[in-house]
Amino acid sequence: MGTVFSFDIRDDVPADALTAAIGWLHWVDRVFSPYRADSEISRLGRGELTVADCPPEVAEVLDLAKEIARVSDGYFTERPAGRFDPSGVVKGWAVERASDLVRAGGSAHHAINGGGDVQLVGAAAPGQPWRVGIADPFHPGQLVTVVTGHDCAVATSGTAERGTHIVNPHSGRPARELASITLVGEHLRTVDAYATAAFAMGSAARAWVDQLDGIEAFAVTATGASWCSRGWAEVGATPAPGPGIAPAPEPVLRGDAELQYRPATATPATLWP
Amino acid sequence: MRRAAFAVVTTLVGLVLLLGFKSHAMAPAASPPAAVSTPSNARATPAPAGTTAAPAPAPSSAAPTAAASTVTGSAVATRWGPVQVQVTVANKRITAVTVLQAPASNGRDQQINSYALPQLKAETLAAQSANIDMVSGATYTSTGYIGSLQSALDKAGR
Repeated sequence: MGTVFSFDIRDDVPADALTAAIGWLHWVDRVFSPYRADSEISRLGRGELTVADCPPEVAEVLDLAKEIARVSDGYFTERPAGRFDPSGVVKGWAVERASDLVRAGGSAHHAINGGGDVQLVGAAAPGQPWRVGIADPFHPGQLVTVVTGHDCAVATSGTAERGTHIVNPHSGRPARELASITLVGEHLRTVDAYATAAFAMGSAARAWVDQLDGIEAFAVTATGASWCSRGWAEVGATPAPGPGIAPAPEPVLRGDAELQYRPATATPATLWP
Repeated sequence: MRRAAFAVVTTLVGLVLLLGFKSHAMAPAASPPAAVSTPSNARATPAPAGTTAAPAPAPSSAAPTAAASTVTGSAVATRWGPVQVQVTVANKRITAVTVLQAPASNGRDQQINSYALPQLKAETLAAQSANIDMVSGATYTSTGYIGSLQSALDKAGR
């Protein structure tokens, strides 16, 4: 199956910016696709090239993959099943870079969705944040929750996506505790790969996300229950518990329950002219 | 302000798919915008030498009536065959989604279709009712479908 990249641009932007972003994605595909025998990544994997022979973006992606592997205690790996394949970080990184190109072309309000992983910039309309529906992995046709926000990234990982399994690199077996997990953070280049790592972690992802700065998660388990990271509940409508007060039980978010995400470091969205 | 929404698909995680570009005005459209078919500048972008057929032409069956318009999305090539949907929009709301072409060339396709396509229709309508801009976490068959749906929505001037 292929990856659909959808652009939703809410302000005027010259066609050049879009052409640049599209050209970028095709270039990334030619260099990084593991499905092309002649891509630099495939040739690197076969030992026909060194990193120094490749465009500098290859080294950038490999460094990013190493960092994500470190932060995720190896639950994200650029060598799944021992085979060299950094695709898990390439897509989110490429979408975020495409967003940078559209931004450089003059857009302050757009959303780019690469195969279900989304980078959001600005707002959907004046005073109206973007709304990203999260598909219910057990009920195609329904949404399990909605993320609203601006200037953030949303990525969902799960077996529903492709029918292939995400393997827990530490056990060597397919991760089965979760049906899907959605992460929200500022940059898709990390959020996308973190979502894959979180899915591989299963129930252990909850504690991992809780100690990550600026990342929140919502998960649907294999048995149909759901849980969310501590900050997911706090950033939503429920007020944060004060010191010495036991935190309220995590609400089960279903149907039209919503998360409002405001990254800690975000500057206010540029107001509509 | 002008809204532009379009879909680009690549081999990044798999097969080559269709490049499509549409733009439309925000004003409610009694008739679809002129650039319904993929414009020449988009086609000029070299499609990666790939393993699937060249993109199918984008038929526009816009037949606007006073109450509703029916718009046909571009066919999007998937690994299993082209997927194309037709969306009927009335008063800026989607009232019906018909799948015109769907992969059905072998038994497995039939199995996927019987499971996925009716639910894909339901997903379109549910997504609309939540007033969302994007969907995260959809099933793989949606890759062909969502591109096509978005193109149909764009043409209808949602």
